[in-house]
Amino acid sequence: MPYLEEHFDVAVIGAGHAGCEAALACARLGFETVCFTVSIESVALMPCNPNIGGSSKGHLVKEIDALGGEMGKNIDRTYIQSKMLNESKGPAVHSLRAQADKQAYTLSMRHIMENTDHLTLKQAEVTEILVEDGKVTGVKTFSGATYHVKAVVLCTGTYLRARCIYGDVSNDTGPNGLSAANHLTESLKNLGIEMLRFKTGTPARIDKRSIDFSVMEEQKGDEKIVPFSFTNKPEDIQREQISCWLTYTNERTHEIIRNNIDRSPMYSGVIEGTGPRYCPSVEDKIMKFPDKERHQVFIEPEGEYTNEMYVGGMSSSMPEDVQYEMYRSVKGLENAKIVRNAYAIEYDCIKATQLKPSLEFKNIEGLFSGGQFNGSSGYEEAAAQGLMAGINAVRKLQGKEPIVLERSDGYIGVLIDDLVTKETHEPYRMMTSRAEYRLLLRQDNADLRLTPIGYEVGLIEQERFDYLNWKKEAIEKETKRLESTYIGGKKEVQELLEQYGSTPLKTAVSLAELIRRPELSYEAIAPIDAEREELSYDVIEQVNINIKYDGYIKRQLHQVEQFKKLEAKKIPENIVYEEIHNLRKEAIQKLNAIRPISIGQAKRISGVSPSDISVLLIHLEQLRR
Amino acid sequence: MMKTDTIAAIATAMTNSGIGIIRISGDDAIPIIKKIFRPKNAKKDMEHVESYTAHYGFIEEEGEVIDECIVLIMRAPSTYTKEDVVEIDSHGGVVVMRKILELVFKNGARPADPGEFTKRAFLNGRIDLSQAEAVMDLISAKNEFAMESSLKQLRGSVKRKIEQLRKQIIHQVAFIESALDDPEHYSVDGYGEELLEILRPVKQEVERLIATSSDGKILKEGIKTAIVGKPNAGKSSLLNVMVGEDRAIVTEIAGTTRDTLEESIHIHGIPLQLIDTAGIRDTQDIVEKIGVTKAKDTLDEADLVLYVIDGSKEIDENDEEIMSLIQGKKVITLVNKADLGKKVNVDYIKERVQGEVIVVSAKEETGIDEFYSALKDMFFEGQLEFNDEIYITNMRHKTALMNAKESLMQVEMSIEQEMPEDFYSIDLMNAYEELGFIIGESLEEDLVNEIFREFCMGK
Repeated sequence: MPYLEEHFDVAVIGAGHAGCEAALACARLGFETVCFTVSIESVALMPCNPNIGGSSKGHLVKEIDALGGEMGKNIDRTYIQSKMLNESKGPAVHSLRAQADKQAYTLSMRHIMENTDHLTLKQAEVTEILVEDGKVTGVKTFSGATYHVKAVVLCTGTYLRARCIYGDVSNDTGPNGLSAANHLTESLKNLGIEMLRFKTGTPARIDKRSIDFSVMEEQKGDEKIVPFSFTNKPEDIQREQISCWLTYTNERTHEIIRNNIDRSPMYSGVIEGTGPRYCPSVEDKIMKFPDKERHQVFIEPEGEYTNEMYVGGMSSSMPEDVQYEMYRSVKGLENAKIVRNAYAIEYDCIKATQLKPSLEFKNIEGLFSGGQFNGSSGYEEAAAQGLMAGINAVRKLQGKEPIVLERSDGYIGVLIDDLVTKETHEPYRMMTSRAEYRLLLRQDNADLRLTPIGYEVGLIEQERFDYLNWKKEAIEKETKRLESTYIGGKKEVQELLEQYGSTPLKTAVSLAELIRRPELSYEAIAPIDAEREELSYDVIEQVNINIKYDGYIKRQLHQVEQFKKLEAKKIPENIVYEEIHNLRKEAIQKLNAIRPISIGQAKRISGVSPSDISVLLIHLEQLRR
Repeated sequence: MMKTDTIAAIATAMTNSGIGIIRISGDDAIPIIKKIFRPKNAKKDMEHVESYTAHYGFIEEEGEVIDECIVLIMRAPSTYTKEDVVEIDSHGGVVVMRKILELVFKNGARPADPGEFTKRAFLNGRIDLSQAEAVMDLISAKNEFAMESSLKQLRGSVKRKIEQLRKQIIHQVAFIESALDDPEHYSVDGYGEELLEILRPVKQEVERLIATSSDGKILKEGIKTAIVGKPNAGKSSLLNVMVGEDRAIVTEIAGTTRDTLEESIHIHGIPLQLIDTAGIRDTQDIVEKIGVTKAKDTLDEADLVLYVIDGSKEIDENDEEIMSLIQGKKVITLVNKADLGKKVNVDYIKERVQGEVIVVSAKEETGIDEFYSALKDMFFEGQLEFNDEIYITNMRHKTALMNAKESLMQVEMSIEQEMPEDFYSIDLMNAYEELGFIIGESLEEDLVNEIFREFCMGK
């Protein structure tokens, strides 16, 4: 007999980046939520890199914020350096990255969690998911306590049957020596959930006092900081920044690794899990790019009040002695003292194709999941899924349709669609190239794209929504004005053009036409734009981009229109693929495994060919008639 | 696969040429033919003969012979419809063919709807959406099935070409994307210039394809087949037999054909673009001389050579010259005028030329079936291929090509304006998608509706 029974609406298992977003979303929407973690100290822990954002991941954070998530606000509160990446490239690939004070980040998120209404934070290991008639009814903890809930969100990260390895040393723990969750896997398997085993890794942390920064290149933050959260104004979060440092591996480093490669558990076969191709260990890099003479190594502070420095680019699972030799061969690290060894970590996760695009399990009602448990990698990917899983768990309880973002709505849409549609054989990392419509999915317009959805869900307050609508109007108005204001070749105009190396005017052109010139911009033509009213920086940014890249944006919008036609062709849930005349066997198998919701999704399944899609389309058309 | 009903139709034009094909497709195709066809070789069991074999015999109804014909058995899945297909080649003229068709219906088949062979090919995954669409363009053509198979082949070559272009484009997109995500290992320095160089030939090729299209142009495509032989060997007579009408002028005077004549025909569904040449001989006649030069050029371009020898005369120096000219080509040698008594040494010819040597009479139309089956063998064994010329005949495809060209020009413009590399991929992807419409790799759902309308399905 259970000695303790409690009732909640939702149980979130795990309080990492996914778990926090999931729990906060549920609680903020007014649902009684319990969030379990193996250690209260490890809420929103960053066990690997000390930064949030970066190429395409920055987009995810902005989108999380636009939907009403917490990650963007939390990093704005706790960053120690901020940088807009790829500024020399197009606006689609500008990406924000901030170095976090890890300790502060964790504390700040814990503070938010602890002070959110309807949210109960609980240190306990969940060992069993209770299911009746294909429906979630509760969870059970290691101590035997039962929690009756209507929905569960699994966000176990890298903790399920976790094992940390370097050389021939292996510990059955989660990251940072935290205890692993060793029982839940069994319960999940009993529910018929198919499990995978993935691995990832982290580099050593080195004592700041043992590093010679004078031989490294200093990497400073931006002077003018762009916040992650749309609720913050740049001027409100400016602060003193701490530098990162750039150095390189060299031939000697590579030689050490090559000479000891047989001692790497990855190469000797000790590690069974599949690692991320796009976040490779230094061993992998040396083996993969044998001709490359050096690789970048970023030395990044772990926080303001610690001497630990993260050695970006050199994650490893080499034995301790090789680690010393290897790190010390790098310029500036000759006398490095290692505070924490580098290690690889193996963990259980699921085949995410068992999930619906809402992140609910296809065959267990009320069971949702997010984060590394779904086979992704990275804090931001995790948070994004956690948020969506939390939102959709609530929608389920509200009896509402789930929120499913499309690939043309945001990087979150791309991320989740990829996870539930394509079979992932390695930890999935967000990348710019995965987003087909990235010119429309910029980090700067995430609010315009997603905040209305966040408002509809209930995570965006009225004031913020009103501001968004005002902003939209202001952008439209100013864009129209610039398109319809013409200017002739007056002396001051020609002079300004000359100053920017731009061809002088022969006939009158619109101001927009001038902004479109590569060498000019909204700001550049200010002196000749007499009627201009003062506008906020975020409006100006949108106006400038909309006008400058107008042609490209229109063409991309057209692509999205085409894309949406196939997304709109829904496949009935009860479709029996075996009965469809002439679908190939392989296609039937794949379609049955994924159960796509639309023709568009079906088309993205590997192993389903265009002619299979034709057959499907014809079949649906026959049904319709 | 579910059991399907069996359909049948006369697959060739209803002309008075007297030659026609009845085609049956479906699970009962072979059982039906077994019931109505009596092979000359009584030991043959039509249910067990091999696929792609021809059988001579008689179509009978209640013991009464309706026609003497050749029956071709093709087994699923390597057929046009991916079902069992039987062809009855009849020489009995329109009335007899109708009679045979009715007999086929009586034995369990039903009349095929317009385009239904294609519909089945499409539904069975034999052809994709765009191919089905291309066939639809010509669905009302007299020679439906022949057109279908001709187009099937044609699309094959277009497909290869388009696939090549798409591959080049997607390769560049992949590079740009890799560089975006891993700038440490992929440098884009000077890439714009490089891309311009790479895209130039791609754009030229797209332009070339556009140039081959002209609105509503009748398809004139097939295996370029040159008929050669010395003057008065009977080339034009042979052409007439194949075409089934008096297209070329036939006289008793050597050298009547002064120019090359072209004719697109289908022999058992194999598209041939026949080119009759002036006889090759040493000549003083200026007009004829031009014809001879042209004949030699034609020979160079031909995919298949039909070499016609006057079997009633000895081999002379003109034949010797031709035999050396056709070295290395795919050749079928036809020893003509078998009706006039054979004078040439067939064994000698077999030594001198490669490929089949068949004794025929264009006048009496003997040996023609043997010739056709040799042709068929070569085709189905993949020895014969199309010439490289590709024609775009479909307006939608032309539009897609124009759009692709437009997108490639946009990329060039972006490069010239020194836009960041990530902008290139928007238009590169557009070009890639547009080209995909032609070969069915990109999907337009409107197309499905259109095909539905045409096929009258789902009623």
